[in-house]
Parts: sequence; structure tokens; C-alpha cells
Amino acid sequence: MHVELRGIEKRFPGVVANHDVDLTIRPGAVHALIGENGAGKSTLMKILYGVQAPDGGTIVVDGEERRFASPTDAIDIGIGMVFQHFMLADNLTVLENVVLGAEKLHGIGEKARSQVREICEAYGFDLDPDALVATLGVAARQRVEILKVLYRGATLIILDEPTAVLVPQEVQALFANLRDLVASGRSVLFISHKLDEVLEIADDITVMRRGTTVGTADPRTATKQELAELMVGAELPSPELGEDTVTDVPILTLSGIGLTSDTGRRLLDDVDLTVHRGEIVGIAGVEGNGQTELVEVIMGMRRATSGAITLAEEDITRLSTRKVRERGVGFIPEDRHRHGVVLDFPLWENRILGHQTTRRVTRGPLLNPGGARADAERIIADYDVRTPSVHTSARALSGGNQQKFIVGREMSGEPVLLLASHPTRGVDVGAQAAIWDHIRRARHDGLGVLLISADLDELIGLSDRLEVILRGRITAHFDPDHVTAQELGTAMTGGAA
Amino acid sequence: MSGQQNGQVTRRVTQAITYSILPTIVAIVAALVATSVVVWATGAPIGGFVDTMLSVPSNRDTIIIVNQASMIALSAFAAAICFRMGLFNIGVEGQYIVGACAGAFFAGSGIVPGPLNILATLIVAMLAGIVWAMIAAVLNVTRGVSEVISAIMLNYVALTLAGYLVKTYGERSGYTFTTPKIPPSSQPLGFGLFADAPDVWALAILAVIVGIGYSFLLGWTRFGFDLRTTGESRTAALANGIDPRRMVLIVMAISGAIAGLVWMPSFFGSTHTFGIPEYFQRGLGFTGLAVALLGRNTSLGIGFGSLLFAFLATQSNRLQSVGVARDVVEITQGIVVLMVVIAFEIARRIKVRREQERVARELEPATTTGASA
Amino acid sequence: MTILASAPPAVRQYRHLTLLLALAAVVTVSLVRVFTDESRMTTPGTLRLALIAACPILLAGLGGLWAERAGVVNIGLEGQMLLGTWGAAFFAYHFGAWAGVLGALLMGALGGLLHAVATITFGVDHIISGVAINIAGLGAVGYLAQTFFTDLDGGGPRNLSGYAVPAQITIPGISDAALWVSDQRWFLVSDIAAAVAGVTTRLSLLTILAVALVALTAWVLWRTPFGLRLRSCGENPQAAETLGVNVYRYKYIAVLISGAFAGLGGAYLAMVASSSFTTGQTNGRGYIGLASMIFGNWNPTGVLASSLMFGYADGVSLLSDNGPLVHALLLLLSLILLGYAAVKYLGGERVTGIVVALIAVALLVWYLAVDSVPADFTGMTPYLLTLFVLAVASQRLRMPAASGKPYRRGQAG
Repeated sequence: MHVELRGIEKRFPGVVANHDVDLTIRPGAVHALIGENGAGKSTLMKILYGVQAPDGGTIVVDGEERRFASPTDAIDIGIGMVFQHFMLADNLTVLENVVLGAEKLHGIGEKARSQVREICEAYGFDLDPDALVATLGVAARQRVEILKVLYRGATLIILDEPTAVLVPQEVQALFANLRDLVASGRSVLFISHKLDEVLEIADDITVMRRGTTVGTADPRTATKQELAELMVGAELPSPELGEDTVTDVPILTLSGIGLTSDTGRRLLDDVDLTVHRGEIVGIAGVEGNGQTELVEVIMGMRRATSGAITLAEEDITRLSTRKVRERGVGFIPEDRHRHGVVLDFPLWENRILGHQTTRRVTRGPLLNPGGARADAERIIADYDVRTPSVHTSARALSGGNQQKFIVGREMSGEPVLLLASHPTRGVDVGAQAAIWDHIRRARHDGLGVLLISADLDELIGLSDRLEVILRGRITAHFDPDHVTAQELGTAMTGGAA
Repeated sequence: MSGQQNGQVTRRVTQAITYSILPTIVAIVAALVATSVVVWATGAPIGGFVDTMLSVPSNRDTIIIVNQASMIALSAFAAAICFRMGLFNIGVEGQYIVGACAGAFFAGSGIVPGPLNILATLIVAMLAGIVWAMIAAVLNVTRGVSEVISAIMLNYVALTLAGYLVKTYGERSGYTFTTPKIPPSSQPLGFGLFADAPDVWALAILAVIVGIGYSFLLGWTRFGFDLRTTGESRTAALANGIDPRRMVLIVMAISGAIAGLVWMPSFFGSTHTFGIPEYFQRGLGFTGLAVALLGRNTSLGIGFGSLLFAFLATQSNRLQSVGVARDVVEITQGIVVLMVVIAFEIARRIKVRREQERVARELEPATTTGASA
Repeated sequence: MTILASAPPAVRQYRHLTLLLALAAVVTVSLVRVFTDESRMTTPGTLRLALIAACPILLAGLGGLWAERAGVVNIGLEGQMLLGTWGAAFFAYHFGAWAGVLGALLMGALGGLLHAVATITFGVDHIISGVAINIAGLGAVGYLAQTFFTDLDGGGPRNLSGYAVPAQITIPGISDAALWVSDQRWFLVSDIAAAVAGVTTRLSLLTILAVALVALTAWVLWRTPFGLRLRSCGENPQAAETLGVNVYRYKYIAVLISGAFAGLGGAYLAMVASSSFTTGQTNGRGYIGLASMIFGNWNPTGVLASSLMFGYADGVSLLSDNGPLVHALLLLLSLILLGYAAVKYLGGERVTGIVVALIAVALLVWYLAVDSVPADFTGMTPYLLTLFVLAVASQRLRMPAASGKPYRRGQAG
């Protein structure tokens, strides 16, 4: 399928998400669309898939101008999309998820089931059509998404950041599938901000920056530096550590931590872990292997079923979250919208959040709005949070600015330990560089840092020590100076790949 | 600095008008229009309906409105404090029945003499309300039972239970049973407003006290902050040192305590005894819910809303004489709630959009004016 | 039951277990009946009354199920049911029995439409909208009754009687035989015969319709593309949207059907459970319907089973002089709970097991301490049972993942 986007424009309240976007996708090729977070890639894809209508510009498919009122129109002419956040109903089976919306093709019964089996066989997908999606892991879910697209016979397949949650081996498996697809004459539009992967898989590259396409590149000749220059106008920030600040004073010690779910599943199993002052310990693991639970147990959001947690020589195993925070634990949660801020509170109220017992923002049982406002002003200035005022609600800020505000808040009040869970997920490179700086400074100031991330480069670059978590157990240790992403990936998946 | 503060004040006032007062007025007008349409469509005299509803109430009716409003407001505060935390306490109805019953038995017993009896009774009524509220709260926290359904079931149980208690332990009075009357020494005087009308009930003042306490608690205290945070996002609360389950228990208890007070103004001001149905007023719990929604869970809003609902209900008493069924007011009340939540949802969407535009405008003027133009 | 034919093996095994449990329950009931000598526990009359009491709850529960399967919590069932009672009375009075049924469906759907507009189009909180509809529904029915029924023959400002209702059928041979067997009060056999007699004697066509709707609901929601799409809106509307499903449309359809079912439940109340209309006739049955949906785990057959249970409690509370019967039921409940406690305890949930066992013992003590339950308390039975059942069962249940959550088009991804 030959697709041309010309002069696409899309405005949201206050922002122009896309303008003057030009993009040409040729048949039988992998076309990579690259750009940093917030560059407008996802918006563009939603327009191409009919989820959102453009405010201007044209979409030409095989020489014919098209308007997509809904995804149905896009699907009908053979466009399929795999979203970054999977679009699957957990409580429906694989089969139901696949045939939904395409019931006219083969019904919802036996015929559809055998069709699904056939596709699975052709592409080497190991999927049971009658399994509930809830029981599947991340990589399997992605295959269900691709299966959905193939079932509809798509000839252009859009993949939005498909490698974000995969380990290197899984990425290779995905790339093999993509090559098969292209070989059968389909087109693939591959969205990413990981330059190595793009150079490996793409036949064509288009770069987006601040809502518009700023250029194309030939992957056979382009270098990472050139692409970065196009993407952000500068070199990409790289996570690196300076001088060695690691001490041998333990600040956080977990010994034999176990956590069993209500249904008896072991979420954490005999976890031993130590973080020293001035040290960053990175936790690597495929999503859903106990990282979230580990953080929740340390923070006192869930109670460990066995084992002990020591913070600066004090047993905090059974302390409440508030008490843990009062002991000087800063917490950057993995999902800032759910855990980090209250979206409809103004920034000064968000300054109080998590620090309700700190003198600067409260006075005994009363709030101290003046103090909270003043301190929010300080964070805005020191951490370069772009906002009109402290009265602006958190919702109105960009993800990067929300995250910088959270980092600033969590670094207030002289913490001794920082728990950073995916600290740069979904933020622009400017904010990413700033947050890395702050984490490095925390380490320099003698804090212990526990870093959890799905970005292996971030983990390897920023950690003094790496621990691998698999099915709730710490299964391997690495020195980040002597480990490759490949080796880490092998350990994360249990060494099978 | 003071210029900036002034600007801030002006902005807040304009925001209050645009995003709070305007939607409320629109909703009320829309509900009245919708009701008029119902009246007109069913062939009832629309002119009489409008004239009666919009007439100026007599002094006597004014007193009734104020008295009723005090009870509605109490009920609304009980509901509102839960709303602010994302809880739906539809059990105010049952909680105030239980509170009224317990309070009436206690007051009538005269264990505590004189005016002190009033204070003691209020405490007993609040405790009873708390106990009833805690059933739903504990089931919610420990067993994950939706507080809405359990509270509704408890409402029915409360009604039957109160009837049973009065019949078993009360006194016979004509064809029904009631609790013993309050000793005269424990009957407070009211506030006289007009010479030709009865007094405003003394305990109507409870609504004002609770209203002030409610505003203070929510706006100025750490507990209020925790409560609002939990209401906005339970996940954020949990991650930031607030135990949502503990909050559910505490807030339901406060709500139950306020609910226990709901009928007290009437009890001490006029009936002096309790017995269903003659010496009791049902339905205040649901009216309170509606008023809390109408008043956006703020003290001023609830004060205004309770007066409005009391006004509508009192005026509707005279509808019968012009040939319109007075139940029509309940339609207005239901529709006004729907309208007000719809109006506020629209206002909220506009507000969010405008704020995003403003932020973008103040931060990056270049991109907002359309770099492509 | 053809719809069960192609169920996966795990489900089939689960069904065997259910069957076994049902059998054990019947045996227990029969034992308690013989032991307490409270024969009214399973007379055809009681069971027929239970069935009649169960149907409005069933219809409300099915209505709730339709809405929630599409992701909308419909607590306005009570108000929609109320509208149904009025619709049934008004249209049946003027145009005949089936016009009444149709009128109830329409009035209920009207209430559903209001709920759909508020929740789907305007994103209003589902509970708030539902409660508002209940308030407005109560007012509307009061107003409409007074306006339209006051001057009718057999009417008054708050009631109406003397309209046609759907016919009742008795299956001649079976009914008589079953009645005779049940009269013998044999252990087990008579109890089952009573149940047979209950469903073959003076069975309203509306009852048959209600039960048929269970099968229809199961078939449509789980065996048709339409049903798959509707359910996907309750599980993950964003995913459905990205596959070209018009989520708004399915949600609207579901809530309209939900309201219509509730309206039909209202018709049942005004035409079968009683032959006259009174304002406020539902008395919380809409809410109990919602509870039966929850206890039935958002499944049609589950809703049927739990509404029969609630119906039994409701039916018993309507019997005259029911103190001794409710007293006997205390023993039954206590035994059932003891069994449940044992299952829990052996299944590893020791604390739950012990708590339930303690409750069972308390009930047993109550049973032994008194001879009869006061009449005021028997009226509470359905409400207390609802509370009780939710408290015991809530944690095992799973509602549709996106139920009650706001959805807006264009925000997927």
C-alpha cells in the first residue's frame, strides 16, 4: 500500500500537535517515524488510523484521497494499528479480542478459531485462541495485537513504540516477524525513539520534531548522531555517572522479603537487596515481574508477608507509608497520573501531597498554604518547571514538567533514600536530561537511590550496580560497566532466549 | 506583589461566576422549564402552576422554609462530606431514622435533666447515626461491598427497626405508638422572626454550625486535605501516606454523626416525640443528597440549595388548590440534580480546555498562535 | 440448554459442581422442613409466591446486567421499574393487557434513555444519575398517577385497579399430580413436586417471558457478534473503539434495553404480583435486582439463581403469620452457612471460614432461643439477606472491567 500524508494539521486546546506533516510510505518496506516524546508521532498515527480527525491536510492512499471518520474506514482499506498501550480486553479470550469488530469475516465461532490458528502457525505465534488475555505476558499480548491486525488482512501495519516494553531478544523476534510481513508485500510503519533499533530495521526514516516532519534519512548511510541532530537539534543526552561516590554505609536493606497475593501467588520471593549511601542500584526486569510490588512494599503501601526492611538502621517493615516518608524516603512513582500528582489540584496543593506532616507546608493539624506556595515557587525555579503559576492545576502541565515538579518535591526535606520508578518514562529529552542530572546529584549528595526502569540504556548508564528481578526473585547481579543490553535481556527473560 | 494578588482574587471571582454560579442557574432554570413542560404536556393548568410556585411565601411559610432548610442542609452536609471523598452515602436516610429514634427514646427518658438533656440527646443521636453508618463502612472496607447497595438495604431495615422499637418500647398514642415526650424543661425556645408566625426552631442553628465546621475542616486542615486527595484519586492517596480504607471509616463515621442530627431541629422544635409516620419526616436523606450535588458540596452552595428545595417543597403544598399534583416538585428535584451535574461536567471540560490554552499561551506564544499560519 | 453445549471443559466441570451443590441444597431444605415440621417452607403456594416475587427482581437484575455488560452502572433501575408500574397500569387500563406490557417497556426505556443521555453523552457519574432518576421517577409516577388515575373508575390519586392482565396457564395433568404428591409431605419427593406444582399452576405468561429473557440474554450477549461488541464496551471501550465499534451506540442500546427490562419488572409487579397499581410499589426491588446481578456474578444464569433466592425471601416476607416459618429458615440459613464455612476453611481461607462459622452459630443460638420471629423482623428478610449475601460473596465476584468508568470517543491510545 502506498500512503501519502500531505500537510496534516491537528490542534488540541493550547497546542498544535501536528502541523505541515508530510510523510510517504511505500509498499513492501519498513518505514520508521522517529522523534522524541511529545513530538507528535502518536497523534499523527491516530489520525492515519482514524481515531482522530485532522484539522487540515490530506491522506492519499494508492492515489486516492481518503477521509477516515472512524477506525472502521481505515481498517476497511487495509490499515491496522498496534497501540503503544495495548488495546485488549483482559477478560475476553484471545479469539474474542481478535474477532471483535471483524465478525463479518469469519463469524465468532469455529471458522474464526481455525483462521486464528492458521495465522498463528504462519507467523510462529504460540497463542491459544481460548486463553484469557489476562493470563498473557507482555510479549504475548503484543502478538495478539499483531494477530488482530493480520486477521483483518491489513496491508499497512502501524506499530507505535512496539519495543518499549520488550527485552532485546523479544525485539529480535518482533523484527523477524516484521521482515516476514514486509516480504509478503505489506508495509510497516514503525514508530520509535530508539535510534539503534531504527537503523537496524528501517528501510526509510522520517524524523518528527515539535509537531512537524523535519526531514528524512537513509538508514544505510545515516548515523545516530545525524538522526539525533534532526530529532532534538542536539546530541541526545546520555545517562552516565561521574566520579565514584559509593560508600559502604547501607541505607536500605531488604532481607528475605516475600509477598503473597490474596490468591496465594508469590509476587515477591525471598528478596535480598542493599542500597548504600551515594549508590544507585538499578532493578532490571520485564514488566510485571515484581518491580511494582517491590516498590509498594518498601513504601509501606503493601505489607510484606515475610522478611524485614531496614532504613538507616531502623526497621521499617511494618511502618505506614506516611511514616516511611517521614523517615526521609523520596518517591517518584511509575505512574505519575495515578500516584504522583492529583491532576485537578493546583501545584501548591500538590506540593503538600505526600508531605502532609512536613512543617514547611503544614502547621500541626492545619495546612500552611503560604508555606506550600512559597516552597512550590522554589521547586518551580530550581527544577525549571514551566508553568504560569503555582495556582495552575497539575493537569495543565506537560508530562515532563509534571515529572520535574515531582522530582523537586521528593527531593525536598533532605531525604536519605530516593525510590525512582521509571523516572523518565514519557518525558521529552530536555526533562529527561534534567531528571538524570537530579538523580546524579542526589547520589553525589550521599542519598541512596533505587532505580527501576524498562529503559535498559538508562539502567546501565545510571546504575552503580544492577539487579535482575524475575518472577519476584532477584536472579542475577551485574556490574553495569561490563554488561551489554543483550546479556541483561537474557537474564531478564530467564536465560532461555 | 499586591497587584498580583488582586489579579488572583479577580480571577478567582470570575472563575466562581463562570464555573459555579452560572451552571447552577442554567441547571435550575432548565429543570423548571422541563417541569413546566411536563405540567403542560399532561394538560394540567400551567399558569396556576407557575403563579403558585413563583409567588412570595407568607411569613408563616417563610418560617417553614427556614426550618425545613436546616434539616435538609444537615442531611446535605452528611452526604457532601462523603461525596468529597468519592463515597456515595445514600444511607443518610437510614442513619437519621436511627439517630432520631435513639435520640427520641433518650430525650424522652429524661435521664439527664433540663437543658443538658438536649446536648446529651444530640450526642446519642450522633452515636446512633455513626453505628448505622459503620455497618456499611465496615462491609465496604473489609468485604468490598458497594456502600450504595448496602446503605439502601440498611435504609429499609432502619425504618422497620425503628417502627418495631417504638411499638415495643414506646407509648400508645391514639392509633399509633410514639416515644415518651421530652420533659418540658428540656424543650428549647426558638428564634422569633415574625409576630404573626411561629418561631424558627432553636436547633436550626445546628445547620450553620455544621456548615462552618465543614468548610473549615475541608479547606484548612490536613485531614481535609487527605480527604479531598482521597476523593480525587485513591491511588494517589495510597502512594502519599493516606490509608483510603481508614479514611472511609472515619469519613463515614463523621457523615453518620451529622446524619444523626438531621431530624433533631424538628424533634426539639416541634414534635417532641418520635413515631412513624405521624411524628417523623421521611425522605430528608434523599433530598439532602440532591442538595449536596446542587450545592457542589460547598457550604454556601448547600445553604442556598437547601433553601431552594425547602422553598419548592413548601410552595408545592398550595399546588393542590390549583389542580396540580404536588409530586411534580419531586420531578423538579430529580431533574435539577441531573441538570446540575451535566452543567458542571460541561463547565469542567471548558475549564480544563481553557486552562490548557492559557498555560500554553503563557509559556510558548509561538506554538499556540499556529506556527503553520 | 443449547447455549451451554460448546462451553469449554473447565466451565462444564464447574457446572457439575454447581449441580451437585444445588442437589445438596435441596436435600438440606427438605431435611430442615421435615425436622422443623414447618411444611409451609416448601408448599406449592409458598414456592409459587417465591417465583412471583423473584420475577421482578430477576428482570431488574437482567436489566442491570445488560447495562453493566456495556459498562454503565444502572442504579436507576428502581426508578425505571416505578415508571414501568405506571406504564403497565395506564396502558393496560385503556388498551388491554399486552398494551400494558408494551407501555411498561416503553416507560422503562424512557428512564433508561435519560440515564443514557446523562452518563454516556454527558459523562455524568453513573450513581448520581441513577439516584437522580430514582428521585425523579418516584415524583413522576406520583404526579402521573394523580393526574391520570384520580378520576378513573377503580382509580385514585395513588392507585388504580381493574385493568386487564396477561393470562395465566395451568398445565392440567402435571399440575394436579404434582399438587397431590406435594401434599403427601414425603421427604425430598414432595418438596420437588411442590416446586413442579409451583411452576405449572396458574403460571402467568409474563413469568414465562421473564424466564425466556434469561436464555435470550445469555444467547445474545455470548453467542452473537452484537453481544461480543456490547460486552467489549464494558471490558475495554477504547479497544473496541480502535476496532471500529461505535461504543456510544452499543452503550445506548444496552441502557435502553436495561431500562425496558426494569420497566417490564414494574409491569410484573403491577400485573402479576398484584393486580393493582399503587405508587411506590417497587419498595427497593430495583436495588435488590442490582444485588442479584452482583451475586449472580454478572451472568444470566447466576442472576436467575440469586433472584430466586431473593424472591423466596421476599415471598416469605409477604406470607401472613410467617414468624414460625422465618424461624425455621434461621436453622436452614445456619446450616447452609456452616457448610460454606467448612468449604472456606478447608480451602485455606481460615479466617473467613471461622467468621462465617461464628455467624452460623449465632443464628443457630437465635433459632434455639426463640420460637418465632417477630412480624416486624420478617419484613426485613429480603433486605437483610441482600446485605448478608453481598457481605459473604463480594470478593469472589468480578464485574466488567470498565463498568462505571467514563468513556469519551477519540481518547484511545
